[in-house]
Amino acid sequence: MTQIIFYFFGAMLLLSATMVVVIKNPIHAALFLVLSFFSSAAVWLLLNAEFLAIVLVLVYVGAVMVLFLFVVMMLDINLTTLREGFARYFPLGIVIALSMAITMGLVVGSDYFATATYKQVSTTTTISNTELLGRAIYTDYLYQFEIAGAILLVAIIAAISLSMSKSKITKSIHPTEQVNVKKEDRLRVVKMKTENKEG
Amino acid sequence: MLETLYHLISQYILLPLTLFIFPTDYQTEAMIFLQTTIKVIAIVVPVLITVAYFTYAERKVIGFIQGRIGPNRVGLFGFRLWGLGQPIADAVKLIVKEIVIPLNANRQLFVIAPILSLAPALAAWAVIPFDDTKVLADINAGLLYVLALTSLAVYGVIIAGWASNSKYAFLGAMRSAAQIVAYEIAMGFALVGVLIAAGSLNLGEIVSAQSGSLIHWFWLPLLPLFVIYFISGVAETNRAPFDVAEGESEIVAGFHVEYSGMAFSVFFMAEYANMILIAVLSALLFFGGWLSPFQGIIFLEDLFSWVPGMFWLLAKTSIFMFLFLWFRATFPRYRYDQIMRLGWKVFIPITIVWLVVISVLVIVNTPPWFN
Repeated sequence: MTQIIFYFFGAMLLLSATMVVVIKNPIHAALFLVLSFFSSAAVWLLLNAEFLAIVLVLVYVGAVMVLFLFVVMMLDINLTTLREGFARYFPLGIVIALSMAITMGLVVGSDYFATATYKQVSTTTTISNTELLGRAIYTDYLYQFEIAGAILLVAIIAAISLSMSKSKITKSIHPTEQVNVKKEDRLRVVKMKTENKEG
Repeated sequence: MLETLYHLISQYILLPLTLFIFPTDYQTEAMIFLQTTIKVIAIVVPVLITVAYFTYAERKVIGFIQGRIGPNRVGLFGFRLWGLGQPIADAVKLIVKEIVIPLNANRQLFVIAPILSLAPALAAWAVIPFDDTKVLADINAGLLYVLALTSLAVYGVIIAGWASNSKYAFLGAMRSAAQIVAYEIAMGFALVGVLIAAGSLNLGEIVSAQSGSLIHWFWLPLLPLFVIYFISGVAETNRAPFDVAEGESEIVAGFHVEYSGMAFSVFFMAEYANMILIAVLSALLFFGGWLSPFQGIIFLEDLFSWVPGMFWLLAKTSIFMFLFLWFRATFPRYRYDQIMRLGWKVFIPITIVWLVVISVLVIVNTPPWFN
């Protein structure tokens, strides 16, 4: 049963990941990326990594890809200009892809892909892996975790300050000013005599 | 009663069926599969019936609030019955209507979108405990699972808006996406507060942590988070006063303007299923779930001890479902920039402050909740 589920989601993961690269429409590509995140979350669930799987869905599918889709949908992408110069960039693309594949192979090595040496994570512990992960992050790896948090904070501030630079031209009004508006500020009653058609 | 029914079905229908159909090697797995299917049906069918009658309740309640009568014509078997046949008539009407797919729409995505919006709303029910024993999947990360699935609901809306190839639909989808992303953060932080207070992500354990009495429930120590959670829930489900994604007066019906017949009604069902989900989660996380409100009161506790826990959960859920309808009848629609301001600049800071407060309360073991 587990095997059937694994092969189903594994096949879906490979298929959708291929489609992300192959498909022409950028929106479809983004949606296939969502599908591939989803299937890899399912594969992680089979490995009893429920926290990582759910967080992958929550953060990447639920938030990051929504914003990604948001941007891709807003852009007016012309498919013909996108495909221009494909032949020109093709050799360069091959070189980059090969070098990345080699780097990944050197870093990861055969340790994680050789099924014979693959160690099954012990599932006998009574503590859930959410709790274990939490303990590891907040005790053993606290320093690294805090640094990662600080880097993210800097990135947030940088992103906000970049988007604020053009804000001088907006017509937004401060909410307190809006609330304190009185009838006299906005409304002018003009007294005039009734006009008469015959008069 | 429900347990006996389940055991009867399991014993006299499923067991002979598996023994008859499946080869001996796979019988245990097939039996588990069939039993789970029965449980899923036992959850999904009542939810969908509730959805149908929730639409009826909405029209009746808002009718009474506005001094009208509401639907009272369609009855059953020749009797009027205060219009109780209305949802069934509506369903039949929507099923027989034609599903129009616009010429320049993206066909596949146009068809998938309603399914994507209904599926998470129903899938989240897998971890909802109805009682201290009745739960489909008693998983450790239940709260995270619910949060992840409620965040998926936005895809149905975005894809519908984009695939329709219509300006109004697209505007509705954009509004909805920005709004849901904003309120999801506040909602997530409110749930983190619950997690800190209960010390567990399992929904059953969260309810058990609230046992004691009415004041032991988390609504009191987590009052700001509860208010924010419920308001964010209203915003997440695109309900009035946060229904700018539909905004009849500006963008006709927003993301589902191009949908007709059953495709439209699936969106409709998803919206109501999400509302029921938010209501049941509020009852579970902040109002003691299946725990009796008379717990810890000397005389009343014994008087009501025969009432099943599921009744209390459903009663609390109904109150929150009524609140959704009450809000819609009472408040005018928010302006869009005010919605964004409320989400980002008011709710998120309050939740962060209250997370610190609740952590301190937990660390110093404040009675009566955390001792």
